Amino acid sequence: MVKKKIKKPLTVQQKINRRTFLSFGIFGTAAVGGVLGWRWLYNSPYEVKGITGNQRIPLRRALNKTELAVRRFLYNENHLVKTYPKAMASKNVRVNSDIGIEAEKKFDVAAWCLQVKKPNGEMLNVTLDELRTLPKTEIVYDFKCVEGWDQISYWGGVKFSDFLNHYNLHDQAQLQYVGMETPDKTYYVGIDMPSAIHPQTIMAYEVNARPLPLEHGAPLRLIIPVKYGIKNLKRIGTITFSNTRPRDYWAELGYDYYSGL
Amino acid sequence: MVKKIKEKHSLAMRWCHWVNFPMLSIMIWSGMLIYWADDEYSVKLFGHTYFTFFPEGFYNYFNITHRLWEGMAFHFLFMWFFILNGIFYVAYTLISGEWRELVPQKKSFKEAWLVLLHDLHIRKMAPPQNKYNAAQRIAYTAIIIMGIGSVITGLAIYKPVQFYYLTWLCGGYHAARIIHFMLTIGYVFFFVIHVVQVFLAGWKNFSSAITGFEVVETQPKVKKTDGKKEN
Repeated sequence: MVKKKIKKPLTVQQKINRRTFLSFGIFGTAAVGGVLGWRWLYNSPYEVKGITGNQRIPLRRALNKTELAVRRFLYNENHLVKTYPKAMASKNVRVNSDIGIEAEKKFDVAAWCLQVKKPNGEMLNVTLDELRTLPKTEIVYDFKCVEGWDQISYWGGVKFSDFLNHYNLHDQAQLQYVGMETPDKTYYVGIDMPSAIHPQTIMAYEVNARPLPLEHGAPLRLIIPVKYGIKNLKRIGTITFSNTRPRDYWAELGYDYYSGL
Repeated sequence: MVKKIKEKHSLAMRWCHWVNFPMLSIMIWSGMLIYWADDEYSVKLFGHTYFTFFPEGFYNYFNITHRLWEGMAFHFLFMWFFILNGIFYVAYTLISGEWRELVPQKKSFKEAWLVLLHDLHIRKMAPPQNKYNAAQRIAYTAIIIMGIGSVITGLAIYKPVQFYYLTWLCGGYHAARIIHFMLTIGYVFFFVIHVVQVFLAGWKNFSSAITGFEVVETQPKVKKTDGKKEN
């Protein structure tokens, strides 16, 4: 006989047993790992409310990466939102929210003026009549709400980039963000500059070729077709510019800060 | 009886299948959280509404209400894993050649009826098959096409401006959302039938989706005693 012990080849039954044991072992371990991983994510603590809020910390961290990557990779100012003929615009434009413009709050449209805060502290006041002297831009497009509904609507107003040019806000346009707030400061949005100066972003004073009614944000509202409705602030009171993200109503409540389309 | 190991499902297939299961579950769940915020779809025929998605009790039972922000967050993160897993699976089946066992053949569409009749115990004989029968070939290919459809319609809703060509392909934003929803209902139907079939096929079949093989028992060859030489 040979000195060295020869390993006997495994019998078929041994092979079956071995492979079954290994496969089920790995499967079970992975399944338990998956459940534990999910429970860790689902039960992880929420972020402290800052510019963004109301989101599980690891989820927010991951999304900050993916959403930023998508935006950098995809966003192109030449990608225009599809427009439609005026005849297709809805006659009953949906009113979905009145945060910041509640009917019971007294508001005098005639006394309104747009306040533009420059970073050096200077304040620029613009009346509606002054805005009306600027070139008018109209758009008929499919308004998209974060809830899921969409509606073709027809708006008219001043292109935001025209507004910046006309009032020589070139230095401000170099900053990364625009902040807008309602006069009562209860609704506010932060917009990244590329989206703000997108050729289809307008400050609208008309809907269906008539002055904005109060429930649509009279006298001036933001229409930014490259973003969800939550960013289309009604009744603009103040405009600010900064390199840090301005506060944003829905981002504080857990929605994506960018909310771009 | 002699036992033999018969290889059935490759390792890559098993991983893709079992990774897809939780990913798709998370996508459907988070999709429900999103759908709730604008749950306008119903089954209508000749002006009569047969079913509205979904009854209030359903939402409450599964704790789906007022969670849109959460749904979007989970949906827009886990979609990447769902997509990557899908790309890997399709690439694998193409490169390995396993697509040959999966893609329906010309005769599959006719044979699938015979398989169905056999499964319903109406017909005694099932058509001969390789790894998958005709009905399985159709189902397992259809589910991949549905998956691709979900990704395309999903991206069309996710970034309708940047992916304007996908949105156009889906017939617009509004249509894309409806198709995206219908495909999800399709998954649920697939899942129910799939689980029933797996249950009926028994433990041996289920176990092979984890171990990759099935044990085949064959009669040992009987030694011939009639004096003739064996070939």
